[in-house]
Amino acid sequence: MTTGPRLREKAQVLDDAALDRALTRIAHEILERNGGAKDLAFVGLRTRGVTLARRLAARLAAIDGTSVSVGTLDITLYRDDLDMRGAPVVRGTDIPFSIKNKTVVLVDDVLFTGRTIRAALDALIDLGRPNMIQLAILIDRGHRELPIRPDFIGKNLPTSRRESVAVRLREHDGEDRVVIEEPEEA
Amino acid sequence: MGWTRKDLLAMRELDASEILLLVDTAATLQEIAGREIKKVPALRGKTIVNLFYENSTRTRTSFEIAGKWLSADVVNFSASGSSASKGESFIDTAKNIAAMSPDVVVVRHSSAGAAQLLARSLPCSIVNAGDGSHEHPTQALLDLLTIREHKKSFEGLSVAIVGDIAHSRVARSNIHGMRKLGMTVTVAGPPTLIPPFVQELGVKVAYRLEDAIRDVDVIMMLRLQHERMTAGLIPSLREYSRYWGLTLDKLRMQARPDVLIMHPGPVNRGIELSPEVADGPYSVILDQVAKGVAVRMAVLFMLAGSKGVQA
Repeated sequence: MTTGPRLREKAQVLDDAALDRALTRIAHEILERNGGAKDLAFVGLRTRGVTLARRLAARLAAIDGTSVSVGTLDITLYRDDLDMRGAPVVRGTDIPFSIKNKTVVLVDDVLFTGRTIRAALDALIDLGRPNMIQLAILIDRGHRELPIRPDFIGKNLPTSRRESVAVRLREHDGEDRVVIEEPEEA
Repeated sequence: MGWTRKDLLAMRELDASEILLLVDTAATLQEIAGREIKKVPALRGKTIVNLFYENSTRTRTSFEIAGKWLSADVVNFSASGSSASKGESFIDTAKNIAAMSPDVVVVRHSSAGAAQLLARSLPCSIVNAGDGSHEHPTQALLDLLTIREHKKSFEGLSVAIVGDIAHSRVARSNIHGMRKLGMTVTVAGPPTLIPPFVQELGVKVAYRLEDAIRDVDVIMMLRLQHERMTAGLIPSLREYSRYWGLTLDKLRMQARPDVLIMHPGPVNRGIELSPEVADGPYSVILDQVAKGVAVRMAVLFMLAGSKGVQA
């Protein structure tokens, strides 16, 4: 497997308070758009999308008092770049409820080319026919290669292609923070 | 860390991390069997040829199902009904198949080393689905997955493999896999069916069924491989069955109450396993078969799903 160039932090985009506010706002927008939490389900994309989906579900429960199911989607088997990558690791999909006739809110941390979401839509629809699929994203960094647009956005963040966006979450990284990274000069 | 091999030929050549990668991947892929639409696009546009020179029910069918669930095109070749009966040699047949650009060839043959020979001669990935009395790696992998699902981990488990060890590729593949994962293995059978120097593989040998099955976590029963045997290895089937057949009485008297009974199939009912044991509460035989599809999906996906890492 190839490892990319070493990255260094260029700028902080969200601190923990800002990240918290963004999630709270998204939770309210989801409730507003759907007129409540009835027939709603969250499906997070591995790994950080799942964590964000759980946090949104907790937020919804706090606001609305309803409990919304959270599923985990692994899109490895649906990627369009399997030939270009190293040995893939399949970590599995775990959606222990029927998505049929549900409004599924797909959750991921960063939206970039849109290819991951394309694969996620295919993977999701193979599991059943939801009434509607909506997309919630913490950071939209642009550079779309497919006609895909999020419904709920934490923050729009113009980036250059050589940069990368790192979403760090307490559950995985010990802190809540979003930063832009760029390759170290040689 | 990851899968870097072109072929899957033998458990002997894999290290513990490679075995666990395949078992873990298979464990996650099991979920597909429970879906309403049992298909994922991972191997779309890939071609898999099942090249079978020996009879098979489970292995060939499960490779075919595994390939189809991953959206590959699967072609079945069996020696009967092919030009093999017109005198074409094994390697010529294989080269002709390879000329049609398959991505993976799954091969079963009565000669040990057949898969190795193809791996050396053909550009595509080769999966050994059983070569003579040598190895049958996907069977060992599905046995390992079955054991882990029932016993939660491998470390410290003890296993008895009972029967025709000498002719069993399943025994050989399992011995290699189990030893690498820290399990204790005892092989047992009539002395004529225990291969000489088998202790070199790190196993214990027992010559009485009750010695072998006492206090083990798993009992794996094997079929007598009449098609590979020369005459005179056992006095009679009846005698073999009396001394080596596993019955409910022997099981209750000698084995632990939480023991798993496994069998790679085909089962000769009433010879190595009594029907009450084969269908009884300790038996996980059909579970093994179900896991076979998941294991073969994992293997095909590792070999054909990531062309980028192959030399």
